[in-house]
Amino acid sequence: MSLDPVLLSRLQFVWVIAWHILLPAFTVGSASYIAVLEGLSLVTGREIYFRLSSFWIRIFAVSFGMGVVSGIVMPFQFGTNWSRFSDATANVISPLLAYEGLTAFFLESAFLGVLLFGRKLVPRWAHFIAALMVAAGTLLSSFWILATNSWMQTPVGYEILDGRFFPKDWTQIVFNPSFPYRLAHTVVAFYVTTGFVVLGVAAYYLRRRRFLEEGRLMVSMTLWLLTILVPGQILLGDLHGLNTLEYQPAKLAAIEAHWQTGSRVPLILFAIPDEARATNRDVLEIPVLGSLVLTHDPNGTVRGLKDWPADQWPPVAIPFFAFRVMVGIGLLMLALIAASWWLRLHDRLFAAGWFLRCCELASPLGFIAVLAGWVTTEVGRQPWTVYGLMRTAASVSPSLTGADVLASFIGYGVVYLVMFSAGLFFMARLVRQGPAETGEGEAPIESGRPDRPVRALPSEAEPEVESGRAS
Amino acid sequence: MTQTVIDFVPIWMLILGFGVFYYVLFDGFDLGVGILYGFAPGLEARNLVMNSIAPIWDGNETWLVLGGVGLFAAFPLAFAIIIPAVYFPILVMLLALVFRGVAFEFRYRDVAHMTFWDHAFCYGSAIATFAQGIVLGAFIQGFEVDGRQFSGGSLDCFTPFSIFTGVALLFGYGLLGAGWLVLKTQGALQDWARRHGRWCFIGVIVAIAVVSVWTPLMRAEIARRWFTWPNIAFLSPVPILTLLLAYWEWRSLNNRSEVAPFIGGMCLFLLAYIGIAISLWPMIVPYRFTLWEAASSPSTQAFLLVGTLFLLPIILMYTGWSYWVFRGKVRAELGYH
Ligand code: HDD
Ligand code: HEM
Ligand code: HEM
Repeated sequence: MSLDPVLLSRLQFVWVIAWHILLPAFTVGSASYIAVLEGLSLVTGREIYFRLSSFWIRIFAVSFGMGVVSGIVMPFQFGTNWSRFSDATANVISPLLAYEGLTAFFLESAFLGVLLFGRKLVPRWAHFIAALMVAAGTLLSSFWILATNSWMQTPVGYEILDGRFFPKDWTQIVFNPSFPYRLAHTVVAFYVTTGFVVLGVAAYYLRRRRFLEEGRLMVSMTLWLLTILVPGQILLGDLHGLNTLEYQPAKLAAIEAHWQTGSRVPLILFAIPDEARATNRDVLEIPVLGSLVLTHDPNGTVRGLKDWPADQWPPVAIPFFAFRVMVGIGLLMLALIAASWWLRLHDRLFAAGWFLRCCELASPLGFIAVLAGWVTTEVGRQPWTVYGLMRTAASVSPSLTGADVLASFIGYGVVYLVMFSAGLFFMARLVRQGPAETGEGEAPIESGRPDRPVRALPSEAEPEVESGRAS
Repeated sequence: MTQTVIDFVPIWMLILGFGVFYYVLFDGFDLGVGILYGFAPGLEARNLVMNSIAPIWDGNETWLVLGGVGLFAAFPLAFAIIIPAVYFPILVMLLALVFRGVAFEFRYRDVAHMTFWDHAFCYGSAIATFAQGIVLGAFIQGFEVDGRQFSGGSLDCFTPFSIFTGVALLFGYGLLGAGWLVLKTQGALQDWARRHGRWCFIGVIVAIAVVSVWTPLMRAEIARRWFTWPNIAFLSPVPILTLLLAYWEWRSLNNRSEVAPFIGGMCLFLLAYIGIAISLWPMIVPYRFTLWEAASSPSTQAFLLVGTLFLLPIILMYTGWSYWVFRGKVRAELGYH
């Protein structure tokens, strides 16, 4: 069997970016959540907001560290494995990536220190500002990286000379057609993801009758937020899909497994797409609804994949199923929110054990939906890196052999498995310890300087460290 | 394409040159501290050594991102040729940095395996440094290029010369790290840092001497640059200053001055950096493409320059402030208890 550097580079890219995206999915949301808690604590003066904020800051610190190390790997991937893509697109996308570094990464890393250790060093309002700045940094980072990705999906504002892209209109490049939808849908996804994590942690405490006050507050607050965001997310998803229909019709045909162009097309709920024979098996469908959803007209025409030459088809089964996973999770989330309202109106929100159990089980759902959504987006874009213009197979570094990429892929595989499982384990331990027991989260101060450096650790680890030192 | 009046290339050369040099100095000393960490006498000393950089390493590493992305933005052809040519050193560096980066936190979270994370920190720092040295050596040697792409093999970058520069950089970063520790510690630990600083210093001087002889022998272009008249007259201050500085650095490592070893180490790096720049000027993909040939389009450079000129000073200001917050000696009772 010969090793294909293109396939292996793709697998490696998916592996490193999938791990990386999981961390922003949590840190973007939790940075904003912490800023809100800090603000509430400042305005109301209630001690519980302070406790909760300190608790989440500790968990945030661990996940942020992992976000940084996995993020540093990312820009180098463009050079090591996708050098032809880099050469062709640099004039257009490189400033967007550079602005991400200049506006977001430095902002985060500077104010993170104050957020973690500055409680006693700076006035309370300044600490709140630091929390706001870190949150703003994570959002700016999302802005620029999604502008980059969206340009690759729906390229505009460029001209091609000698096979390379040159910028013509920066406003068009940044605010390309799919960008507003992708930005809104992704940022809301990150908030929803974090919301379900907070909800799950709170439910865990309530079920074990620990930290009841904190648990109730977190459940109630988060459910308010999710009541707005989850339906909003479904609406945004629908709009995003319509945008895709307009600009990337072949991707949409793959998502819906439509092979044949036609009007009054059905909505396929389930099927096994058979790419070799360009048809579906074991179909479960609702007649006419497909046209209705996609064109808002029962007689609307929807294009099928056979409208394009077969060498321009994306893989069909992967986006088809990934999309259904995402939408299924969205509907599940909606059901859970509806249940919460029924319970709230009957005053049983904190008493219904089955509901709390469901909330606990639902805490990883956001992450799965985010990954499923990105797999839909990126695999649906194939076989292109720049949609319709540059093929993935023509993007890879020409000097790489299959063995080279296999070696690096194994390296990333092993290291990430060790790192991320260790990090997850430490975060779970912080959650188990809970908000009150982990101390105040701010370090004792010596001579005007924080006593603990940036990577703060809970004081509950102290006895262990002491014994570790003694031995 | 539109005709522009201003040539942005020299501006970007200065900005990128500054960014890379900043990275080399600042992540250089904190990687050096990581290397010396492996030789630290006992747990107490290790805690101090690690605490001296724990609050700032993250900000330092962010400059690596800026260096990589800055090269991509300002001189994309160089990015597209050089990065794949040093595929394995970059891979090894990134993986080592992952280990080293998480060790700061995990070491204290996971006391049961503290020795494991200690090793992750020290070997991670050393391996990342060695890999960067290989990149440097391969860069000076030049790459096989066909059209706009690297056409050699992924193992070509491993040569006796690049392995030598890899080892040399271990001593170089070690010297910077020792200078930092002299500044941040006192008593027995400071004496220990001075001792290791002297060993690193010897390594650095040998390395500078060997590289100065090896590169002109290896590359006729470099020999011509330095040894033809009148260049030799104009450029002679570089080696002379290096010699004077070396003498000063050695003295300050042996007497009681606390700031001088760090400053001296940085100045030695500056001179070496200038020396390499003189050897290679005006190439960015050595011996193949000049800065102008590898530059991105004027529109790209202009679009990014507007924001950079505004943001870079602000970044430097708050970075300076974060160093100020953590000024002074690290003390035993400071840091993770
Ligand atoms: C909590 C996460 C989450 C949830 C519940 C949903 N999505 Fe989503 N979706 C994402 C998280 C996400 C994402 C990860 O953020 C993606 C990947 C790229 C993007 O822009 O957003 C995405 C992409 C994405 C795309 C692909 C667009 C393209 O690439 O061209 C469509 C059509 C939808 N979504 C539609 C929906 C619909 C109709 C949902 C209704 C239930 C839905 N999403 C729920
Ligand atoms: C936002 C910035 C992003 C950029 C610039 C980007 C860039 C790329 C590039 C260059 C490829 C082509 C290589 C390949 O086919 O594997 C690719 C593919 C891919 N990316 Fe992204 N990506 C981004 C975000 C994401 C995210 C967040 C995910 C989350 C999981 C993701 C998942 C994938 C997948 C699954 C493929 C593989 C498609 C296939 O192999 O068929 N991408 N992306
Ligand atoms: C190919 C695509 C990507 C590249 C090249 C990339 C690059 C990076 C880099 C270099 C860092 C570390 C910054 C530091 O040193 O402080 C980072 C962190 C981060 N990235 Fe990415 N990234 C990519 C995809 C994404 C996506 C799709 C998002 C979100 C939409 C995102 C959001 C963030 C955030 C919020 C951080 C801050 C750290 C954290 O919150 O965990 N990145 N990224």
